[in-house]
Amino acid sequence: MDAALAHSFTISPESSRLKPGELSTGTTIMAVPFEGGVVLGADSRVSTGTYIANRTSDKIAQLSEKIFCCRSGSAADTQALTDYVRFYLQQWEVETGRDATVKVAAHLMRKICYQNKDNLSAGVIVGGWDEVDGGSVYNIPLGGTMIKMNCAIGGSGSTYIYGLTDALYKPNMTKAETVAMVKKSISHAMARDGSSGGIIRTCIVEKSGVEREYIPGNQLPYGP
Amino acid sequence: MAVAAKGLGLLGGWGDVGVVGGAAFVATMFESWLGATWQGGWITNEVVNFINTAVGAGLAIAGMGRLGQHTKYPIVTGTSVLGLRYNGGVMVAADTLCSYGSMAKYKDARRIRTVGPATLLGASGEYSDFQSIMDMLEGMEQQNANFDDGHNTDAQQTHSYLRAVMYQRRSKMNPLWNDLVVAGPNFLGLVDKIGTTYTDNFIATGFGSYLAIPILRKKWRPDMSEGEARGLLEDCLKVLFYRDCRALNRIQIAKVTEGEGAIVSEPYEIETDWSAASFATTKGGLEGDGGW
Repeated sequence: MDAALAHSFTISPESSRLKPGELSTGTTIMAVPFEGGVVLGADSRVSTGTYIANRTSDKIAQLSEKIFCCRSGSAADTQALTDYVRFYLQQWEVETGRDATVKVAAHLMRKICYQNKDNLSAGVIVGGWDEVDGGSVYNIPLGGTMIKMNCAIGGSGSTYIYGLTDALYKPNMTKAETVAMVKKSISHAMARDGSSGGIIRTCIVEKSGVEREYIPGNQLPYGP
Repeated sequence: MAVAAKGLGLLGGWGDVGVVGGAAFVATMFESWLGATWQGGWITNEVVNFINTAVGAGLAIAGMGRLGQHTKYPIVTGTSVLGLRYNGGVMVAADTLCSYGSMAKYKDARRIRTVGPATLLGASGEYSDFQSIMDMLEGMEQQNANFDDGHNTDAQQTHSYLRAVMYQRRSKMNPLWNDLVVAGPNFLGLVDKIGTTYTDNFIATGFGSYLAIPILRKKWRPDMSEGEARGLLEDCLKVLFYRDCRALNRIQIAKVTEGEGAIVSEPYEIETDWSAASFATTKGGLEGDGGW
Protein backbone atom coordinates (compact mmCIF):
# COMPACT_ATOMS: atom_id res chain seq x y z
CA MET A 1 0.00 0.00 0.00
CA ASP A 2 2.13 2.80 1.36
CA ALA A 3 5.78 3.38 0.52
CA ALA A 4 6.15 0.57 3.02
CA LEU A 5 9.45 -0.11 4.68
CA ALA A 6 11.42 -2.79 2.90
CA HIS A 7 13.35 -3.35 6.07
CA SER A 8 11.94 -3.65 9.53
CA PHE A 9 14.20 -4.35 12.43
CA THR A 10 11.76 -5.38 15.04
CA ILE A 11 9.66 -7.99 13.24
CA SER A 12 9.11 -11.00 15.42
CA PRO A 13 9.70 -14.53 14.10
CA GLU A 14 5.94 -14.89 13.75
CA SER A 15 5.51 -12.04 11.33
CA SER A 16 8.65 -12.38 9.23
CA ARG A 17 7.32 -15.53 7.57
CA LEU A 18 4.03 -14.11 6.39
CA LYS A 19 3.24 -13.94 2.70
CA PRO A 20 2.80 -10.45 1.24
CA GLY A 21 -0.69 -9.16 1.99
CA GLU A 22 -1.38 -11.87 4.55
CA LEU A 23 -3.14 -10.75 7.70
CA SER A 24 -1.00 -10.74 10.81
CA THR A 25 -2.33 -10.57 14.30
CA GLY A 26 0.77 -8.42 14.99
CA THR A 27 -0.05 -8.59 18.60
CA THR A 28 0.72 -8.65 22.21
CA ILE A 29 -0.64 -11.65 24.09
CA MET A 30 -0.15 -12.76 27.64
CA ALA A 31 -1.38 -15.34 30.12
CA VAL A 32 -0.58 -15.69 33.82
CA PRO A 33 -1.94 -18.34 36.20
CA PHE A 34 -2.90 -17.48 39.77
CA GLU A 35 -4.16 -19.53 42.70
CA GLY A 36 -7.44 -20.93 41.45
CA GLY A 37 -7.39 -19.73 37.85
CA VAL A 38 -5.74 -18.00 34.95
CA VAL A 39 -5.78 -14.50 33.43
CA LEU A 40 -5.41 -14.23 29.65
CA GLY A 41 -4.95 -10.89 27.89
CA ALA A 42 -4.51 -9.59 24.35
CA ASP A 43 -4.65 -6.42 22.27
CA SER A 44 -7.17 -6.03 19.44
CA ARG A 45 -5.16 -5.01 16.37
CA VAL A 46 -4.98 -7.06 13.17
CA SER A 47 -2.71 -5.58 10.54
CA THR A 48 -1.79 -6.24 6.94
CA GLY A 49 1.48 -4.47 6.34
CA THR A 50 0.98 -1.13 8.05
CA TYR A 51 -2.79 -0.97 7.54
CA ILE A 52 -5.00 -1.90 10.48
CA ALA A 53 -7.46 -4.30 8.94
CA ASN A 54 -9.39 -4.83 12.14
CA ARG A 55 -9.09 -2.76 15.31
CA THR A 56 -11.74 -4.65 17.27
CA SER A 57 -10.47 -8.17 16.90
CA ASP A 58 -10.78 -10.86 19.55
CA LYS A 59 -7.57 -12.85 19.87
CA ILE A 60 -8.67 -14.93 22.83
CA ALA A 61 -10.37 -17.97 21.37
CA GLN A 62 -12.26 -20.51 23.38
CA LEU A 63 -11.17 -24.13 22.96
CA SER A 64 -13.52 -25.67 25.46
CA GLU A 65 -15.61 -24.50 28.39
CA LYS A 66 -12.69 -23.51 30.63
CA ILE A 67 -9.76 -23.53 28.20
CA PHE A 68 -8.78 -20.60 26.00
CA CYS A 69 -5.93 -19.75 23.71
CA CYS A 70 -4.34 -16.45 22.78
CA ARG A 71 -3.43 -16.24 19.11
CA SER A 72 -0.47 -14.46 17.45
CA GLY A 73 1.15 -14.63 14.03
CA SER A 74 -0.91 -15.34 10.94
CA ALA A 75 -4.61 -14.74 11.59
CA ALA A 76 -5.56 -17.45 9.10
CA ASP A 77 -3.23 -20.08 10.56
CA THR A 78 -4.32 -19.47 14.14
CA GLN A 79 -8.01 -19.56 13.24
CA ALA A 80 -7.50 -22.88 11.50
CA LEU A 81 -5.54 -24.24 14.47
CA THR A 82 -8.29 -23.16 16.84
CA ASP A 83 -10.89 -24.97 14.74
CA TYR A 84 -8.89 -28.19 14.70
CA VAL A 85 -8.10 -28.18 18.42
CA ARG A 86 -11.73 -27.47 19.33
CA PHE A 87 -12.83 -30.37 17.19
CA TYR A 88 -10.32 -32.79 18.72
CA LEU A 89 -11.11 -31.60 22.24
CA GLN A 90 -14.81 -32.17 21.71
CA GLN A 91 -14.04 -35.67 20.48
CA TRP A 92 -11.78 -36.28 23.46
CA GLU A 93 -14.45 -35.15 25.92
CA VAL A 94 -17.03 -37.45 24.32
CA GLU A 95 -14.68 -40.42 24.26
CA THR A 96 -13.42 -40.05 27.84
CA GLY A 97 -16.58 -38.68 29.39
CA ARG A 98 -14.54 -36.01 31.21
CA ASP A 99 -13.85 -32.32 30.82
CA ALA A 100 -10.69 -31.62 28.87
CA THR A 101 -7.64 -30.55 30.81
CA VAL A 102 -5.42 -27.65 29.81
CA LYS A 103 -2.53 -30.08 29.41
CA VAL A 104 -4.47 -32.10 26.83
CA ALA A 105 -5.49 -28.98 24.90
CA ALA A 106 -1.94 -27.70 24.91
CA HIS A 107 -0.57 -31.05 23.75
CA LEU A 108 -3.05 -31.21 20.89
CA MET A 109 -2.14 -27.68 19.85
CA ARG A 110 1.54 -28.51 20.05
CA LYS A 111 1.18 -31.67 18.01
CA ILE A 112 -0.46 -29.84 15.12
CA CYS A 113 1.97 -26.91 15.32
CA TYR A 114 4.98 -29.23 15.39
CA GLN A 115 3.90 -31.55 12.59
CA ASN A 116 3.08 -28.60 10.33
CA LYS A 117 5.94 -26.41 11.40
CA ASP A 118 7.08 -25.67 7.85
CA ASN A 119 3.69 -24.36 6.82
CA LEU A 120 2.48 -22.50 9.89
CA SER A 121 3.21 -19.04 11.25
CA ALA A 122 1.55 -19.24 14.63
CA GLY A 123 2.50 -18.53 18.22
CA VAL A 124 -0.18 -19.45 20.74
CA ILE A 125 -0.57 -19.40 24.48
CA VAL A 126 -2.98 -21.98 25.87
CA GLY A 127 -4.40 -21.17 29.29
CA GLY A 128 -7.30 -22.39 31.38
CA TRP A 129 -8.54 -24.07 34.50
CA ASP A 130 -9.14 -27.75 35.16
CA GLU A 131 -9.76 -30.02 38.18
CA VAL A 132 -6.39 -31.74 37.92
CA ASP A 133 -3.89 -28.88 37.75
CA GLY A 134 -5.96 -25.81 38.60
CA GLY A 135 -4.90 -22.78 36.58
CA SER A 136 -2.13 -23.49 34.05
CA VAL A 137 -0.55 -21.77 31.07
CA TYR A 138 1.41 -23.28 28.19
CA ASN A 139 3.42 -21.22 25.73
CA ILE A 140 3.63 -22.71 22.20
CA PRO A 141 5.83 -20.49 20.01
CA LEU A 142 6.80 -20.99 16.35
CA GLY A 143 8.09 -24.46 15.64
CA GLY A 144 5.85 -26.24 18.12
CA THR A 145 7.84 -26.15 21.35
CA MET A 146 5.53 -26.42 24.33
CA ILE A 147 6.55 -25.01 27.69
CA LYS A 148 4.48 -24.71 30.86
CA MET A 149 5.08 -21.27 32.34
CA ASN A 150 4.17 -19.00 35.21
CA CYS A 151 4.00 -15.94 33.04
CA ALA A 152 3.77 -16.36 29.29
CA ILE A 153 4.01 -13.49 26.81
CA GLY A 154 3.95 -13.66 23.03
CA GLY A 155 3.52 -11.76 19.78
CA SER A 156 5.55 -8.96 18.25
CA GLY A 157 4.75 -6.58 21.12
CA SER A 158 6.06 -8.96 23.76
CA THR A 159 9.66 -8.06 22.93
CA TYR A 160 9.10 -4.66 24.52
CA ILE A 161 7.89 -6.02 27.84
CA TYR A 162 10.28 -8.82 28.75
CA GLY A 163 12.00 -6.48 31.19
CA LEU A 164 8.75 -5.17 32.59
CA THR A 165 7.17 -8.59 33.16
CA ASP A 166 10.40 -9.86 34.71
CA ALA A 167 10.25 -6.93 37.11
CA LEU A 168 6.51 -7.08 37.86
CA TYR A 169 6.02 -10.83 38.25
CA LYS A 170 5.85 -12.22 41.75
CA PRO A 171 4.85 -15.78 42.62
CA ASN A 172 1.51 -16.33 44.43
CA MET A 173 -0.21 -13.13 43.32
CA THR A 174 -3.92 -12.70 43.95
CA LYS A 175 -6.45 -12.57 41.13
CA ALA A 176 -6.64 -8.77 41.30
CA GLU A 177 -2.87 -8.36 41.28
CA THR A 178 -2.55 -10.70 38.31
CA VAL A 179 -5.22 -8.86 36.32
CA ALA A 180 -3.55 -5.51 37.04
CA MET A 181 -0.17 -6.88 35.97
CA VAL A 182 -1.53 -8.24 32.70
CA LYS A 183 -3.31 -5.00 31.86
CA LYS A 184 -0.29 -2.87 32.68
CA SER A 185 2.13 -5.05 30.71
CA ILE A 186 -0.03 -5.17 27.61
CA SER A 187 -0.52 -1.38 27.75
CA HIS A 188 3.21 -0.87 27.72
CA ALA A 189 3.67 -3.21 24.79
CA MET A 190 0.90 -1.49 22.84
CA ALA A 191 2.54 1.86 23.51
CA ARG A 192 5.72 0.81 21.70
CA ASP A 193 4.76 -1.83 19.16
CA GLY A 194 3.26 -0.52 15.92
CA SER A 195 1.59 -3.89 15.28
CA SER A 196 -0.29 -3.89 18.60
CA GLY A 197 -3.00 -1.51 19.69
CA GLY A 198 -6.69 -0.85 20.11
CA ILE A 199 -8.26 -2.20 23.29
CA ILE A 200 -7.09 -4.74 25.84
CA ARG A 201 -9.29 -7.81 26.11
CA THR A 202 -8.97 -9.96 29.21
CA CYS A 203 -10.39 -13.32 30.09
CA ILE A 204 -10.32 -14.64 33.67
CA VAL A 205 -10.97 -18.37 34.00
CA GLU A 206 -11.68 -19.95 37.38
CA LYS A 207 -13.54 -22.91 38.81
CA SER A 208 -16.64 -20.74 39.17
CA GLY A 209 -16.68 -19.62 35.54
CA VAL A 210 -15.33 -17.30 32.90
CA GLU A 211 -15.22 -13.49 33.02
CA ARG A 212 -14.47 -11.49 29.89
CA GLU A 213 -13.78 -7.75 29.97
CA TYR A 214 -12.14 -5.09 27.91
CA ILE A 215 -10.45 -1.74 28.48
CA PRO A 216 -11.19 0.95 25.84
CA GLY A 217 -8.20 2.49 24.10
CA ASN A 218 -8.51 5.80 25.93
CA GLN A 219 -8.54 4.24 29.41
CA LEU A 220 -5.41 2.14 29.23
CA PRO A 221 -3.17 2.06 32.31
CA TYR A 222 -0.37 3.45 30.11
CA GLY A 223 -0.05 4.99 26.68
CA PRO A 224 -0.74 4.81 23.82
CA MET B 1 37.12 10.21 -19.75
CA ALA B 2 36.05 9.80 -16.13
CA VAL B 3 36.44 13.53 -15.58
CA ALA B 4 34.39 14.19 -18.73
CA ALA B 5 31.72 11.81 -17.46
CA LYS B 6 31.51 13.73 -14.21
CA GLY B 7 31.18 16.94 -16.19
CA LEU B 8 28.25 15.43 -18.04
CA GLY B 9 26.59 14.47 -14.76
CA LEU B 10 26.97 10.74 -15.33
CA LEU B 11 29.09 10.32 -12.23
CA GLY B 12 28.17 11.54 -8.78
CA GLY B 13 31.33 12.90 -7.27
CA TRP B 14 35.12 12.87 -7.38
CA GLY B 15 35.19 9.58 -5.50
CA ASP B 16 33.29 8.01 -8.39
CA VAL B 17 35.79 9.52 -10.83
CA GLY B 18 38.54 7.83 -8.85
CA VAL B 19 36.74 4.48 -8.95
CA VAL B 20 36.15 4.62 -12.70
CA GLY B 21 39.65 5.87 -13.46
CA GLY B 22 41.23 3.26 -11.21
CA ALA B 23 39.17 0.44 -12.73
CA ALA B 24 40.14 1.52 -16.24
CA PHE B 25 43.82 1.68 -15.27
CA VAL B 26 43.84 -1.81 -13.76
CA ALA B 27 41.95 -3.20 -16.74
CA THR B 28 44.34 -1.76 -19.28
CA MET B 29 47.36 -3.01 -17.33
CA PHE B 30 45.77 -6.44 -17.24
CA GLU B 31 45.17 -6.27 -20.98
CA SER B 32 48.77 -5.33 -21.61
CA TRP B 33 49.94 -8.31 -19.63
CA LEU B 34 47.42 -10.57 -21.34
CA GLY B 35 48.44 -9.34 -24.77
CA ALA B 36 52.12 -9.88 -24.02
CA THR B 37 51.68 -13.39 -22.65
CA TRP B 38 48.56 -15.23 -23.78
CA GLN B 39 47.57 -13.52 -27.03
CA GLY B 40 47.84 -15.74 -30.09
CA GLY B 41 45.81 -18.55 -31.57
CA TRP B 42 42.17 -18.32 -30.46
CA ILE B 43 42.94 -15.54 -27.99
CA THR B 44 42.88 -12.85 -30.67
CA ASN B 45 43.23 -9.13 -30.17
CA GLU B 46 39.43 -8.79 -30.12
CA VAL B 47 39.15 -11.35 -27.32
CA VAL B 48 41.78 -9.54 -25.30
CA ASN B 49 40.00 -6.21 -25.80
CA PHE B 50 36.74 -7.78 -24.69
CA ILE B 51 38.37 -9.13 -21.53
CA ASN B 52 39.83 -5.69 -20.85
CA THR B 53 36.42 -4.03 -21.11
CA ALA B 54 34.74 -6.70 -18.99
CA VAL B 55 37.37 -6.49 -16.24
CA GLY B 56 37.17 -2.69 -16.23
CA ALA B 57 33.39 -2.73 -16.01
CA GLY B 58 33.39 -5.34 -13.27
CA LEU B 59 35.88 -3.43 -11.15
CA ALA B 60 34.00 -0.16 -11.61
CA ILE B 61 30.70 -1.74 -10.58
CA ALA B 62 32.27 -3.35 -7.53
CA GLY B 63 34.01 -0.11 -6.62
CA MET B 64 30.83 1.93 -6.98
CA GLY B 65 28.94 -0.55 -4.84
CA ARG B 66 31.38 -0.17 -1.98
CA LEU B 67 32.24 3.48 -2.27
CA GLY B 68 29.05 4.97 -3.70
CA GLN B 69 26.10 5.64 -1.39
CA HIS B 70 22.60 4.67 -2.38
CA THR B 71 19.79 5.03 0.08
CA LYS B 72 17.81 1.82 -0.27
CA TYR B 73 15.38 2.14 2.60
CA PRO B 74 14.51 4.61 5.33
CA ILE B 75 15.19 3.75 8.98
CA VAL B 76 13.56 6.29 11.32
CA THR B 77 10.33 7.37 9.69
CA GLY B 78 7.39 9.68 10.18
CA THR B 79 3.98 8.90 8.75
CA SER B 80 1.34 11.15 7.17
CA VAL B 81 1.40 14.95 6.95
CA LEU B 82 -1.81 16.81 6.08
CA GLY B 83 -2.30 20.35 4.80
CA LEU B 84 -5.32 22.43 3.90
CA ARG B 85 -6.20 25.96 2.91
CA TYR B 86 -8.87 27.79 4.86
CA ASN B 87 -10.36 31.25 4.89
CA GLY B 88 -7.43 33.31 6.10
CA GLY B 89 -4.45 31.02 5.68
CA VAL B 90 -3.14 27.50 5.46
CA MET B 91 -2.92 24.76 8.12
CA VAL B 92 -0.56 21.80 8.32
CA ALA B 93 -0.97 18.87 10.71
CA ALA B 94 0.98 15.75 11.64
CA ASP B 95 1.46 13.42 14.58
CA THR B 96 4.61 13.50 16.70
CA LEU B 97 5.74 9.92 16.18
CA CYS B 98 8.91 8.68 14.51
CA SER B 99 8.97 4.93 14.12
CA TYR B 100 12.03 2.69 14.03
CA GLY B 101 10.74 -0.10 11.83
CA SER B 102 7.61 -1.23 13.59
CA MET B 103 8.67 0.24 16.93
CA ALA B 104 7.14 3.48 18.14
CA LYS B 105 10.48 4.82 19.22
CA TYR B 106 10.32 8.63 19.35
CA LYS B 107 6.98 9.91 20.51
CA ASP B 108 7.78 13.61 20.64
CA ALA B 109 9.33 14.16 17.22
CA ARG B 110 8.60 17.52 15.63
CA ARG B 111 7.76 16.91 11.99
CA ILE B 112 6.46 20.39 11.17
CA ARG B 113 8.87 23.30 11.32
CA THR B 114 8.86 26.95 10.36
CA VAL B 115 11.21 28.13 7.63
CA GLY B 116 11.71 31.84 8.04
CA PRO B 117 8.84 33.99 9.25
CA ALA B 118 6.07 32.81 6.95
CA THR B 119 6.65 29.28 5.68
CA LEU B 120 5.84 25.88 7.16
CA LEU B 121 7.56 22.64 6.17
CA GLY B 122 6.10 19.29 7.18
CA ALA B 123 7.88 16.03 6.40
CA SER B 124 7.06 12.36 6.30
CA GLY B 125 9.63 9.66 5.62
CA GLU B 126 13.23 9.52 6.87
CA TYR B 127 13.67 11.92 9.76
CA SER B 128 17.41 12.39 9.33
CA ASP B 129 16.87 13.55 5.75
CA PHE B 130 14.30 16.07 7.02
CA GLN B 131 16.85 17.36 9.53
CA SER B 132 19.38 17.68 6.74
CA ILE B 133 16.89 19.64 4.62
CA MET B 134 16.17 21.94 7.58
CA ASP B 135 19.90 22.59 8.00
CA MET B 136 20.10 23.50 4.33
CA LEU B 137 17.12 25.85 4.54
CA GLU B 138 18.26 27.44 7.79
CA GLY B 139 21.59 28.15 6.12
CA MET B 140 19.72 29.97 3.38
CA GLU B 141 17.73 31.91 5.99
CA GLN B 142 20.96 33.04 7.57
CA GLN B 143 22.30 34.17 4.20
CA ASN B 144 19.11 36.19 3.70
CA ALA B 145 19.53 37.77 7.11
CA ASN B 146 23.17 38.62 6.39
CA PHE B 147 22.27 40.20 3.08
CA ASP B 148 19.72 42.31 4.94
CA ASP B 149 17.89 43.73 1.95
CA GLY B 150 14.40 43.20 3.32
CA HIS B 151 13.76 40.11 1.19
CA ASN B 152 13.02 36.67 2.57
CA THR B 153 12.49 33.39 0.79
CA ASP B 154 8.75 32.78 0.61
CA ALA B 155 6.85 29.47 0.48
CA GLN B 156 6.59 29.33 -3.29
CA GLN B 157 10.35 29.83 -3.62
CA THR B 158 11.13 27.27 -0.94
CA HIS B 159 8.88 24.83 -2.77
CA SER B 160 10.72 25.37 -6.07
CA TYR B 161 14.10 25.13 -4.41
CA LEU B 162 13.20 21.87 -2.70
CA ARG B 163 11.94 20.49 -5.99
CA ALA B 164 15.37 21.08 -7.51
CA VAL B 165 17.15 19.51 -4.54
CA MET B 166 14.93 16.41 -4.45
CA TYR B 167 15.14 15.86 -8.18
CA GLN B 168 18.90 16.17 -8.24
CA ARG B 169 19.26 13.60 -5.45
CA ARG B 170 16.87 11.28 -7.26
CA SER B 171 18.99 11.58 -10.39
CA LYS B 172 22.04 10.44 -8.45
CA MET B 173 20.04 7.41 -7.24
CA ASN B 174 20.48 8.59 -3.66
CA PRO B 175 17.23 10.32 -2.72
CA LEU B 176 16.32 12.28 0.35
CA TRP B 177 13.59 9.91 1.46
CA ASN B 178 10.85 12.40 2.30
CA ASP B 179 7.49 13.62 1.14
CA LEU B 180 7.42 17.31 2.02
CA VAL B 181 4.48 19.66 2.50
CA VAL B 182 5.30 23.34 2.00
CA ALA B 183 2.83 25.98 3.18
CA GLY B 184 2.69 29.79 3.08
CA PRO B 185 -0.07 32.31 3.73
CA ASN B 186 -1.43 31.77 0.24
CA PHE B 187 0.39 28.65 -0.87
CA LEU B 188 0.17 24.90 -0.30
CA GLY B 189 2.29 22.42 -2.19
CA LEU B 190 3.95 19.02 -2.05
CA VAL B 191 7.41 17.82 -3.09
CA ASP B 192 8.04 14.08 -3.03
CA LYS B 193 11.28 12.12 -2.87
CA ILE B 194 11.71 11.96 -6.62
CA GLY B 195 11.01 15.65 -7.14
CA THR B 196 7.37 15.49 -8.20
CA THR B 197 5.53 18.67 -7.23
CA TYR B 198 2.00 19.92 -7.19
CA THR B 199 -0.11 22.49 -5.39
CA ASP B 200 -3.70 22.08 -4.29
CA ASN B 201 -6.29 23.21 -1.75
CA PHE B 202 -5.53 20.20 0.44
CA ILE B 203 -2.59 17.80 0.53
CA ALA B 204 -1.76 14.55 2.29
CA THR B 205 1.26 12.25 2.33
CA GLY B 206 1.66 8.60 3.19
CA PHE B 207 -1.41 6.84 4.52
CA GLY B 208 -3.16 10.19 4.54
CA SER B 209 -3.32 10.10 0.77
CA TYR B 210 -5.50 6.98 1.01
CA LEU B 211 -7.50 7.65 4.15
CA ALA B 212 -7.59 11.44 4.62
CA ILE B 213 -7.94 12.71 1.04
CA PRO B 214 -11.41 11.19 0.55
CA ILE B 215 -12.58 12.88 3.78
CA LEU B 216 -11.00 16.17 2.75
CA ARG B 217 -12.57 15.98 -0.68
CA LYS B 218 -15.96 15.57 0.88
CA LYS B 219 -15.74 18.11 3.68
CA TRP B 220 -13.45 20.88 2.41
CA ARG B 221 -14.86 24.27 1.43
CA PRO B 222 -12.90 27.35 0.38
CA ASP B 223 -14.53 29.50 3.06
CA MET B 224 -13.76 27.28 6.08
CA SER B 225 -13.04 29.11 9.30
CA GLU B 226 -9.95 28.34 11.37
CA GLY B 227 -11.97 26.29 13.86
CA GLU B 228 -13.60 24.20 11.14
CA ALA B 229 -10.25 23.61 9.45
CA ARG B 230 -8.68 22.45 12.71
CA GLY B 231 -11.66 20.15 13.40
CA LEU B 232 -11.41 18.62 9.96
CA LEU B 233 -7.69 17.97 10.31
CA GLU B 234 -8.21 16.42 13.75
CA ASP B 235 -10.90 14.13 12.33
CA CYS B 236 -8.53 13.00 9.60
CA LEU B 237 -5.70 12.38 12.07
CA LYS B 238 -8.12 10.44 14.27
CA VAL B 239 -8.98 8.12 11.38
CA LEU B 240 -5.28 7.73 10.67
CA PHE B 241 -4.65 6.79 14.29
CA TYR B 242 -7.37 4.13 14.02
CA ARG B 243 -6.09 2.64 10.80
CA ASP B 244 -2.35 3.35 10.38
CA CYS B 245 0.02 1.11 12.35
CA ARG B 246 2.60 3.88 12.39
CA ALA B 247 0.39 6.69 13.68
CA LEU B 248 -0.01 8.21 17.14
CA ASN B 249 -2.79 10.18 18.80
CA ARG B 250 -0.43 12.96 19.84
CA ILE B 251 -0.47 15.65 17.16
CA GLN B 252 0.68 19.09 16.19
CA ILE B 253 -1.26 21.58 14.11
CA ALA B 254 0.50 24.53 12.51
CA LYS B 255 -0.93 27.49 10.69
CA VAL B 256 0.47 30.26 8.55
CA THR B 257 -1.41 33.48 7.88
CA GLU B 258 -0.64 36.84 6.34
CA GLY B 259 -1.00 38.65 9.65
CA GLU B 260 0.68 36.31 12.14
CA GLY B 261 3.19 34.46 9.96
CA ALA B 262 3.98 30.81 10.68
CA ILE B 263 3.15 29.26 14.07
CA VAL B 264 3.41 25.62 15.17
CA SER B 265 1.30 24.51 18.13
CA GLU B 266 2.61 22.48 21.04
CA PRO B 267 1.75 18.78 20.73
CA TYR B 268 -1.52 17.62 22.26
CA GLU B 269 -3.55 14.40 22.40
CA ILE B 270 -6.68 13.99 20.36
CA GLU B 271 -9.83 12.33 21.68
CA THR B 272 -10.56 8.90 20.28
CA ASP B 273 -13.80 6.96 20.25
CA TRP B 274 -14.00 3.41 21.58
CA SER B 275 -17.72 3.04 21.96
CA ALA B 276 -18.44 0.82 18.94
CA ALA B 277 -20.33 -2.33 19.88
CA SER B 278 -17.71 -4.45 18.21
CA PHE B 279 -15.25 -3.65 20.99
CA ALA B 280 -17.54 -4.94 23.69
CA THR B 281 -18.68 -8.12 21.96
CA THR B 282 -16.36 -11.10 22.19
CA LYS B 283 -15.96 -13.22 19.10
CA GLY B 284 -13.77 -16.05 20.30
CA GLY B 285 -16.56 -18.11 21.84
CA LEU B 286 -17.18 -21.75 21.06
CA GLU B 287 -20.16 -20.96 18.88
CA GLY B 288 -18.02 -18.77 16.62
CA ASP B 289 -15.30 -19.55 14.11
CA GLY B 290 -12.26 -18.98 16.31
CA GLY B 291 -12.34 -15.23 16.42
CA TRP B 292 -11.68 -12.33 14.11
